[in-house]
Amino acid sequence: MGYHWNWGIFWEQSPEGTGTYFDMLVQGLETTLVTAALAWLIAFVVGSVVGVLRTLPGRVAPAIATCWIELFRNMPLLVQLFLWYFVVPDLLPGPWGVWLKQLPNAPFITAVLGIGFFMSARVAVQVASGVEALPRGQRAAATALGLTGPQTYRYVLLPMAYRIILPPLTSELLNTIKNTSVALTIGLAELTARARAVQEFSFQVFEAFTAATLAYLVVNLIATLAARWLEDRVRVPGFGKP
Amino acid sequence: MRFIPLALAAMLLGAPAMAAELTGTLQKVKETGSIAMGVRDSSVPFSYLDEQQKPVGYAIDICYKIIDAVKKELNLPNLKVQLVPVLSSNRIPLMANGTIDLECGSTTNNVDREKQVSFTNTHYLTASKFVAKKSEHLNTIAELAGKTVVSTAGTTNIVQLNQVNAARKLGINVVPAKDHAEAFLMVETGRASAFVMDDIILASLIASAKDPSAYVISDDAFSAAEPYGIMVRKDDVPFKALADKATREFYLSPEGKATYAKWFQSPIPPKGLNLNTPMSAGMKHAFEHPSDNPDPASYN
Repeated sequence: MGYHWNWGIFWEQSPEGTGTYFDMLVQGLETTLVTAALAWLIAFVVGSVVGVLRTLPGRVAPAIATCWIELFRNMPLLVQLFLWYFVVPDLLPGPWGVWLKQLPNAPFITAVLGIGFFMSARVAVQVASGVEALPRGQRAAATALGLTGPQTYRYVLLPMAYRIILPPLTSELLNTIKNTSVALTIGLAELTARARAVQEFSFQVFEAFTAATLAYLVVNLIATLAARWLEDRVRVPGFGKP
Repeated sequence: MRFIPLALAAMLLGAPAMAAELTGTLQKVKETGSIAMGVRDSSVPFSYLDEQQKPVGYAIDICYKIIDAVKKELNLPNLKVQLVPVLSSNRIPLMANGTIDLECGSTTNNVDREKQVSFTNTHYLTASKFVAKKSEHLNTIAELAGKTVVSTAGTTNIVQLNQVNAARKLGINVVPAKDHAEAFLMVETGRASAFVMDDIILASLIASAKDPSAYVISDDAFSAAEPYGIMVRKDDVPFKALADKATREFYLSPEGKATYAKWFQSPIPPKGLNLNTPMSAGMKHAFEHPSDNPDPASYN
């Protein structure tokens, strides 16, 4: 290969004049982590609400939940981000659209909401599956004890459902972190975007992407270990893993 | 001892056909009988696809001059030319692993990049300017104060924009876009007031816009004009020398000027757009004194 390796590239000044190439990647990693954390918060909260709606008795609530899930689950994330970023502001009434377009952090806000909503559909399906996986007798028992609907979910169904779906939820958390890289297409300067910028400036493409790959790997391993720890901590004796 | 004259004669006779003396790219081309040219799909008018999806452009014409020189040098009239589409993100790996032998596009030659690859004689000079809607009445950098301005992420242009913004305390809200088309779309849809980019790229974006008369390019520039070059592998002295000689002869010949006029001052495929960009003073200098110097100051 006619490639000139230069691992020292990270300590050289970047042409942006704000620090070294390493600093560029660190800034990118910070953006990735903040975006992923906020998107996951939205995904978890909205996903839980929609997931619960899907398991409610009656027709209206499950129908609304199904619409939400199918809408956000069946469109590629890339398309959704483009719609939020380019199409939605033009559908709003004039001044609102202009306000939205001129927001200082538009790519960041769009990425957090877009990825958050996309992942919420996946979390919702899992919350609903978790609730449905419980024996039907649990709901009946709660009703027999005189618990109201919200109390049934709060004290009987959800505590067990979340424990059941913790492993797949961990995968969704990792997907959220990785999906932030799609936001580079709307101009968010996250880790992958910064790695690309490093290669554009220095032409040291393999070093830049090796560093980005390791960063993603380490972040996701830490997230996995944290989730394992949580799983062990909240396990109810007699349920789950022997 | 009578073997010596025989051996000498054999060496002399065999010399023109011997590939053993060749190294690097020339050796590879001789052995495989083909040369691979990296082409871009939308770098108008340097390297892009015409209506038959065939790569054409100013840089492609220049690359064929280099390939003609290779054919002559290696005595390979039937040299096969492979056209390999490349992106800005994969051109370095493809060049390093030998998938492409020369990259024909609009790649800026600068000192940092010369640590990884080499460039032949400069074929174009471009300055960083901005495009805005005429209705916005923006023409100087100072008038961008407080506005939202877009540039393409990972380019030297966005760096220059950030530097000027910080140095002159203009309070510009700098937004990065993924690529040129998206950045231009942001100006078109009003998400940004201006788009900072190489002036020739702006000219081609305007020429292909829905309403070209609605846009204007600034006179103010963010930088001195930077050189574009054809990219070749680093430390491949014989191939670079050959490419330098071929491009030098081409720029000094009347054909060089005619080729420039063909791509920058006449209607070009696919839609018959005319970029209307006559040679700048720096460009004339670059043609009269061909050079591979990455320093913008050497052309002005």
